[in-house]
Amino acid sequence: MNQDLTGELPHLVLSEDGSYYLQGGHNEASGKYVFPLMGGDKEFFQPVPLKREGTIWSFTVQRFRPKTPPYAGPDDFVPYLVAYVDLPGQLKVEARLVDIEEDDVEIGLPVELTVIPDITGEPGSVMHAFRPIETRAA
Amino acid sequence: MTDVGIIGVGIHPFGRTEGRSGIDMGIYAVREALSDCNLNWEDVQFAYGGSDASGNADTMVKQLGLSGVQFVNVKNGCATGGSALYAVASTIKAGEYDIGLAVGFDKHPRGAFNPLPEEWGLPDWYGAQGYMLTTQFFAMKIKRYMHDFNISDLSLGRISEKSFANAEHAEHAWRRSPVSLEEIMESPMVNDPLRKYMFCSPAEGGVALILASEKKAREIGAPFVKLDAAIMRTRPQGSFEVFATSVDNDIDGSATRLASQAAFELAGIGPEDFDLAQIQDTDSGTEIIHMAENGLCADGEQEQWLAEGKTLLNGKLPINTDGGCIACGEPIGASGLRQVYENVVQLRGQAGARQVQNDPRVAYSHVYGAPGVSAVTILRK
Repeated sequence: MNQDLTGELPHLVLSEDGSYYLQGGHNEASGKYVFPLMGGDKEFFQPVPLKREGTIWSFTVQRFRPKTPPYAGPDDFVPYLVAYVDLPGQLKVEARLVDIEEDDVEIGLPVELTVIPDITGEPGSVMHAFRPIETRAA
Repeated sequence: MTDVGIIGVGIHPFGRTEGRSGIDMGIYAVREALSDCNLNWEDVQFAYGGSDASGNADTMVKQLGLSGVQFVNVKNGCATGGSALYAVASTIKAGEYDIGLAVGFDKHPRGAFNPLPEEWGLPDWYGAQGYMLTTQFFAMKIKRYMHDFNISDLSLGRISEKSFANAEHAEHAWRRSPVSLEEIMESPMVNDPLRKYMFCSPAEGGVALILASEKKAREIGAPFVKLDAAIMRTRPQGSFEVFATSVDNDIDGSATRLASQAAFELAGIGPEDFDLAQIQDTDSGTEIIHMAENGLCADGEQEQWLAEGKTLLNGKLPINTDGGCIACGEPIGASGLRQVYENVVQLRGQAGARQVQNDPRVAYSHVYGAPGVSAVTILRK
């Protein structure tokens, strides 16, 4: 049993091929997944890259600015889309939705992981989001 | 075991009371409850009480009287009141004491709650990036529920319309002016599909309940409403609850389902026996979901129930007869006890213009909150 429960593993990881993935946890015995992998979870879960593609399970629009703290976004607020994304065979993760109009979002829509500039404005820092998978014309 | 019940109830009006602290609202409620059953503070043998954000309940002995009474503070989020009630009831059932107090109060600033990630076992980025909002969760839960069970936007409006209509007749409610269905459906969107008039707001208020053994109640000649069950539960594996950074693929069960089932088993009765119910309505979607999670109806039946007015004051099963959280607001520590207060008033037949007709005998209450806690009660006269 891993009793080193200190420290939070990064939830968003840059892989060697230059793409990002979400890092979750997996318990092989129970088949359960968790995201993110917090210190206390390390007793039961092994770090695992989560799938980059999934479908929208549910969504809403955040139309008022959350209070600070804990919210660290700019004072100048723009409503944003939030969803639970179903990563097949793994779990559903909560994430922002980008590159799509509110009226075009629907349950079941295929989406993929992307990154956007961190709302805290820290230079070079990014945060995870999902965007529609483009249906490319032949 | 000894039968336990409620003999005295007191409430400080919910809403906003400038210049009065949360704990003073709790004290006000305790005095009302004592007066309701003609007892003095010195008659109270022990107490459990709490608030989420307004201080330590036991400090109220300074105003109520330094009787040396055993007074335990409870801090259990939205289940604070329910947990206090459970503790008082259990102590009396065990025969240790005969008369106890459960009290809850709170006073929250305006606007949405702003919990901090580290206090909820969550990473800082979850709050910083704008995910840590109860309204966001409830919106996404009802969005999916409406998709799965064909619930219409209009049903969301009907819940709020009922809440404001009922609250007009509840002296302790905050928002007591009826709001038309049209106005509700045209109010600004807050977290789609939930609109401004579909949400409750953090608020202020206090509630106190005096509990006693049945024997003691008879001795002092106080009216006795029997507490058949007081249960608190946390979330099971696979449930979808507030502040979920991720959710299992197989969603199954909830803190509410566990608590309600345990209460039905303990009381030996179920939803078909209830004459009225108070259930958690953080927003109108939450009331719809909780109708099913508490077993009051099957998933999807809400659409027809609401169209037929089954949960109105004169319906088959009146729900949130004082307007619920939507009309009373939500002082976290007091909210669950308000539901029990309302049920006692209804069972005694003292609810005036909002009285449920045909002599109600069994009443149910259910509170729910982050991070997946639920407390329910069943009262019987």
